[in-house]
Amino acid sequence: MRRVAVVGVGVTKFGKHERSSAELFAEAARDAIQDAGVSPRAIQAIYFGNVVGGEAERQLHMGPQAASVLGIPAVPTTRFETACATSHAAFRHAVMEVAAGVSDVLLVGGAERVLNLPTDSATEYFAFASDAAFEQPAGLTFAGVFALMARAHMAKYGTTEEQMAHVAVKNHRHGVLNPKAQFQKEITLEQVLASPKIADPLKLYDCCPFTDGAAAVVLASEEVARKSRKPIWILGSAAASDSMCLHDKKDLSRILATERAAQAAYRLAGRGPEDVDVVELHDCFTIAEIMATEGLGFFEPGTGGIAAEKGWTSLGGKLPVNPSGGLKAKGHPIGATGAAQIAEIVTQLRGEAGPRQVDGARVGLVHTLGGNAATVLVSLLGSE
Amino acid sequence: MPPTKPLPQPDAESREFWEGVKARRLQLQRCRACRHLRFYPRAVCPHCLSGEHEWVTVSGRGTLYSFTVCHRGASEAFAADVPYIVALVDLEEGVRLLSNLVGCQPDQARVGMPVQVVFEDASPEITLYKFKPVGS
Repeated sequence: MRRVAVVGVGVTKFGKHERSSAELFAEAARDAIQDAGVSPRAIQAIYFGNVVGGEAERQLHMGPQAASVLGIPAVPTTRFETACATSHAAFRHAVMEVAAGVSDVLLVGGAERVLNLPTDSATEYFAFASDAAFEQPAGLTFAGVFALMARAHMAKYGTTEEQMAHVAVKNHRHGVLNPKAQFQKEITLEQVLASPKIADPLKLYDCCPFTDGAAAVVLASEEVARKSRKPIWILGSAAASDSMCLHDKKDLSRILATERAAQAAYRLAGRGPEDVDVVELHDCFTIAEIMATEGLGFFEPGTGGIAAEKGWTSLGGKLPVNPSGGLKAKGHPIGATGAAQIAEIVTQLRGEAGPRQVDGARVGLVHTLGGNAATVLVSLLGSE
Repeated sequence: MPPTKPLPQPDAESREFWEGVKARRLQLQRCRACRHLRFYPRAVCPHCLSGEHEWVTVSGRGTLYSFTVCHRGASEAFAADVPYIVALVDLEEGVRLLSNLVGCQPDQARVGMPVQVVFEDASPEITLYKFKPVGS
């Protein structure tokens, strides 16, 4: 297998846009291509992620659209959908195409547009990623999914609502340092705890927002990457699944797909959690960050809440988590999120993250979760 | 058109299950080959891949594994129901179901509390299984 590097990244401003997903992708992709210093004609395939385009924009088959807006309509395209893990799944498959020697330069990314919809409709379409027959009729939302996990984690380990609130406060503090973030304002612990209940025990400020946005990265083989500005190497990229339905998971206080994907990625990379300097992980809800830091092996099961409370995951802490602001403050355009997380880690490992830079970061980890924790991707990247 | 809630669409695998629920009977599939009791209904046993199964009526008694009180509905159609409780229930027979906890004030729900199945007609064709606290 050949070594593969990210040689260019691009991310739009996250928030509300009056543009289609394809046009949003064009902006991110143009920035990634220019950052990579390659010609659009050098791109041999596009791996594109989008989730609810069919419902939100009456638009399927966005892959060819994504190529057309970049003026390269003849390039083969594939659209990926693994709920919120979509563009990280696209990334993993693209890495395999380059590693296998099929292509030398690929474009990967995703886009999502949902803020043109009423919140009720966006909530409804996102819930399509739970089971249609045995979950949706009960009125299960995604906040509900993670609330059920939060309750199980609280019952087993004594995790508190205050500990969860610390995650939100920290990620908003980081988001202030990211000009692309949807929310660039600090919030207090008291504000989080007093915010309206959404799915008890989760409150409004425990939840990430609905977001429009796009992100893209350019991948290259080692031979091409060696000529680029600052290649960042993929050390390992792995995926794992779990039962689709929540009721099929025995212990909701842990996310088995995260544990399995992390173990596989560490094995591929020949690294362990102790080697990781900076992390972008899937904090769709505050409890999700706590559980991910445990499942990825950074903290013992049941102690992720304590780590959040003590500031260990803050910029300047033992292991900075979500320096971008995470999904919570940066925003969560679901089809673009994985690629945006990867772009942040590449920026960190290049030493170009400005005021949110983790000093001396050499190995970074990206974790993206889809649906009822039924799909998880974990990738490790390194500057060497 | 008023907004409508998502309802199950009975199909070849689930029709007998939903007909049972309509008749106020909670019944699960048991594999004839390996005797594994499974939920949800499906054509093939996830343990041994046998296609042969029988239907077993279960007690409907269980305990609350986890729950959430939803203050924002899953869609406009659920707006009138808030706050409603989504619950994961462990049946005595060792199978877990996701449903709603009804007949229970949101602040009275507790992990581990005993619950019992109840049936609610959702349309002329579809009845849903829900749970209520034992003794309520």
